[in-house]
Amino acid sequence: MAITKRDVEHAAKLARLALSQEETELYASQMAKILTHVEKLGALDTKGIEPTSYTISPKTIFRKDEAKPSLPQDEILSNAPEKAKGCFKVPRIIE
Amino acid sequence: MELYNLTIHELHDKLKKKEASSLELTEAFLKRIDAVDGKIKAFITVIKEDAIKQAKEADKRISSGKDITPLTGVPISVKDIFCTKGILTTCASKILNNFVPPYDATVIKKLKDASTVILGKNNMDEFAMGSSTENSAFFTTKNPWDVERVPGGSSGGSAASVAAGECTASIGTDTGGSIRQPASCCGIVGLKPTYGRISRYGIIAFASSLDQAGPLTKDVTDSAIMLNIMAGRDPQDSTSIDAPVPDYTKALTKDVKGLKIGIPKEYFIQGLDKDIEKAVKDAIEVLKKQGASVVDISLPHTDYAIAVYYLVATAEASSNLARFDGVKYGHRAKDAGGLMDMYCKTRDEGFGPEVKRRIMLGTYSLSAGYYDAYYKKASQVRTLIKRDFEEAFKKCDVILTPTAPTPAFKIGEKTADPLTMYLSDIFTISCNLAGIPGISIPCGFTKDNLPIGLQILGKPLDEETVLKTAFAYEQATDWHKRRAGV
Repeated sequence: MAITKRDVEHAAKLARLALSQEETELYASQMAKILTHVEKLGALDTKGIEPTSYTISPKTIFRKDEAKPSLPQDEILSNAPEKAKGCFKVPRIIE
Repeated sequence: MELYNLTIHELHDKLKKKEASSLELTEAFLKRIDAVDGKIKAFITVIKEDAIKQAKEADKRISSGKDITPLTGVPISVKDIFCTKGILTTCASKILNNFVPPYDATVIKKLKDASTVILGKNNMDEFAMGSSTENSAFFTTKNPWDVERVPGGSSGGSAASVAAGECTASIGTDTGGSIRQPASCCGIVGLKPTYGRISRYGIIAFASSLDQAGPLTKDVTDSAIMLNIMAGRDPQDSTSIDAPVPDYTKALTKDVKGLKIGIPKEYFIQGLDKDIEKAVKDAIEVLKKQGASVVDISLPHTDYAIAVYYLVATAEASSNLARFDGVKYGHRAKDAGGLMDMYCKTRDEGFGPEVKRRIMLGTYSLSAGYYDAYYKKASQVRTLIKRDFEEAFKKCDVILTPTAPTPAFKIGEKTADPLTMYLSDIFTISCNLAGIPGISIPCGFTKDNLPIGLQILGKPLDEETVLKTAFAYEQATDWHKRRAGV
């Protein structure tokens, strides 16, 4: 399985990872090797086989729509790298 | 015997008979940590003062004589993936190197409600991605049986801390073998229950359809005691199963007459260490002598399990780890030129190489044009793997296999090639893909005196038969009584 540097750069952008040049090259070769290994799945005929995403039967769980106490605001914000006026503060969004 | 070598049930007896207080036990373990952890490096955080406070509370409960559980006053450790209120929880990652959770994971709450004493948080592979603890952002844990070797992973700190007598027991998580493989490498008992048996609330997520918590203990009885406390439906986790929790210690009867043991031919392959093969075959004979019978079975899709796992687990990880963005908690990159730049730099600085590799692989295989060929295909083959087990369990009650193809490997031996490292999970991964319970128990030693693990797999929610089989074998042997000479 050939993976180009451009494939890696595209995935890195989707994954929000600012990879260095060396990382991009390393991951291109390692991902190619791993994806070559998984190509063996192609040999199996899976036509009509339902995919399994959870091993237990998915069931919608209902509960009463009742208000319950949640964590206080200051505790939620206690780990924030930056906060202001009871909110998480982030760098400028509109550039 | 030294206190630090004793099991939960042995310490419980001492506490009940007032031969020791929880404070004495806790101080003995803290002293033991001081003495050996410089060498073993099983802990990221030790909470000395907090542990002593917990021990004093437990002693009050014991002297009141009311509501004493088998874990009351017993000192344990916890993998650093469980959120612990007010205590640093890093997941062995730089991106969480300052994260102090404002709440407890459900499992932690249950242990605290029983007045279990928590000594500290164990090292692991970053975000539970690895089989050796070499992917920890901080340091590598050493195997107490041979400090040149890895303790296994990802719950390697947990396993090593139990094997080195730094705690009575520990709790870990298992996504592809992360409880059973380190238990095998360190000569202890590691149980991965059925998917959904234990709440995942407050456990930092790696692959949500595979992650399951479980105990790492010195013997099978302790494993049952821990599962009694940990198991059960939790309204905070919609995937936790709403099934009654039996008293698992009642399953420890040694009675395996008529039990049908399945031996899958696909697990006795080339590359399996000769000493391990012999130990597992000897174990089968031990159970046969007690009245169990053996049936040959086949799990034909075993060979595809690693490929399925590394597509499913990385896809789920790439989505789960999107939450680490430098906004709400954890590391944030300095000098970023805007929000997008902050995200990208934070994540590049905060995640280690293996975590980035898996995020990349998962993102790639889920991206436009590749979804059908990779994620969907893998999920379909997962169905085939699950069906293999359903078919096999029509013929047998439990399945016996080696836990790992080799004993603990040397530090640095497999770090250069990710795929070689992934192959060390070859016998443990299918169990997570199928959602069934599995345990690893000690079944011997290699010529180099390295522990060997026997894996016992069971039907969904049939932890009782798994524990019963494990107990019958354990009681007929004395591997579980051996301690690493640290």
